[in-house]
Amino acid sequence: MTPVMWEYVRPEAVAWAAFIFLVGITFAGALIAVLPRNIIYNVFGLATCILGVAGLFIFLGSEFLAMMEILIYIGAISVAIVFAIMLSQPLHLTIPPTWRPKLYLSFAVSAAVFVSFSIIVVRTPWEEALLRSDDWTVLRLGRLLLTRYELLFELISLTLLVAIIGAIITAAALGSGRGKEVK
Amino acid sequence: MMQAAWNSLNAFFGPVALTLMVGLLLALGWVQVNALFLVWLERKVAGHIQLRIGPKEVGPFGLLQTVVDGVKLLAKELITPSAVSWPLFVLSPVLVFAPVLVAFVVIPFGEEFQIRDLNVGVMLVFAFGGLGVLAILMGGWASNNKYALLGAIRSVAQNVAYEIPLLLSAMAVVLMAGSLSFQKIVEAQAGVWFVFYQPVAALLYLVGATAETNRAPFDIPEAESELVAGFHTEYSGMRFALFFLAEYSNMFIVASVATALFFGGWRGPFLPGPWWFLLKVYLLIFGVIWVRWTFPRLRFDQLMNFSWKYLIPIGVANLVVTAVVLKFTR
Repeated sequence: MTPVMWEYVRPEAVAWAAFIFLVGITFAGALIAVLPRNIIYNVFGLATCILGVAGLFIFLGSEFLAMMEILIYIGAISVAIVFAIMLSQPLHLTIPPTWRPKLYLSFAVSAAVFVSFSIIVVRTPWEEALLRSDDWTVLRLGRLLLTRYELLFELISLTLLVAIIGAIITAAALGSGRGKEVK
Repeated sequence: MMQAAWNSLNAFFGPVALTLMVGLLLALGWVQVNALFLVWLERKVAGHIQLRIGPKEVGPFGLLQTVVDGVKLLAKELITPSAVSWPLFVLSPVLVFAPVLVAFVVIPFGEEFQIRDLNVGVMLVFAFGGLGVLAILMGGWASNNKYALLGAIRSVAQNVAYEIPLLLSAMAVVLMAGSLSFQKIVEAQAGVWFVFYQPVAALLYLVGATAETNRAPFDIPEAESELVAGFHTEYSGMRFALFFLAEYSNMFIVASVATALFFGGWRGPFLPGPWWFLLKVYLLIFGVIWVRWTFPRLRFDQLMNFSWKYLIPIGVANLVVTAVVLKFTR
């Protein structure tokens, strides 16, 4: 029995509305993350953008990825960034002037990343997740991570290990000046 | 007549959309009733622990006291200090509420009594918990007040530290049940509750949950004696009430997750599932309130050390042991 509701609104229309809404959130968040000169706004813009991306993952049927996106990028990374900003010197008092070369350089780097990602996205013959399998439980994800995506998994572990060691070294270097205020 | 109305609604919206809408409406209502009841319970328990009676004037046993308080808060003026960062200041109390509502989607009140059983239910609750932290930060920073900012910073440091043992303990249960869906986890506890298989994880969870909800002895983000009111110092009227509402709803969510993960969820003899679930949840909350009025507040460094140096290693060890035992017994 199909609900009567769908006679008034087409399912595709709802899907499109949801998609446009999510893309809107993502882009709005991205703009807030880049344009305002107040760094706190930037971080909250980043969080909004990530929320939109997580919504897109749910839209595409990858609930696990969406949850991981929120858990890691909002729950950990955004929070860590805000935390670091709050512990540093009050930035809202003096806004550093824009340094043009840096602006152009970062624009060039982002453009390069965007273009290469676009090429990958266009060239890859994508297959819908639901067509590949309807079993996306933790067990299957775990198995895939340790078989097909083993190399990526190890690479990520390695990156994290490097980050942890780097953090320890930084902290140890600061700790050697015991009792002194580190600028 | 109700049945007829339900049937026609069901025919119009279909079961999925209808459960979602009705469920969220019920959740919105439940959040209010729950907060009103919990504030009353908190004051009553606190009173009796301190050899007082607690609220008793308004209504039977003072039950209507919190309703009156709520109406008072609704009627109060919303003061916006001139130096605040306006959009963030207004957004924060609303955002702090979002994760609570989202979590209601997956909480298994009973076998049939759940809005949606997601594959990733457990993750959903924890993931959106982080959003609440961000909202607190937003409010604390936007207030432009040093007490609010300090409260927010403490809150974040604490939440980051205690989210890890919380997740580690939940992961031990997930390993045992082999699923992140709440219904499957409850199903896996048909025989023995996980609290008996995983006593360490259960303890870690309860400690971590107390800290995540900013409750004493972990209430340094709002330590009244040092920080006025912590991150919500500058908030008045209904905005303050929203923070309050979110805190008590968070207690409910955290206790519900504990019930589903460790105490058999809606399982129990004689009574229908939802009754058992609520009974267990409120018993747990009673325990949390009891703890608050028994133990003094921890110092900040003690609090951080406790999580990073004790809880997290214990959590990791527990997870490894669980994995090894499961490997060799299955």
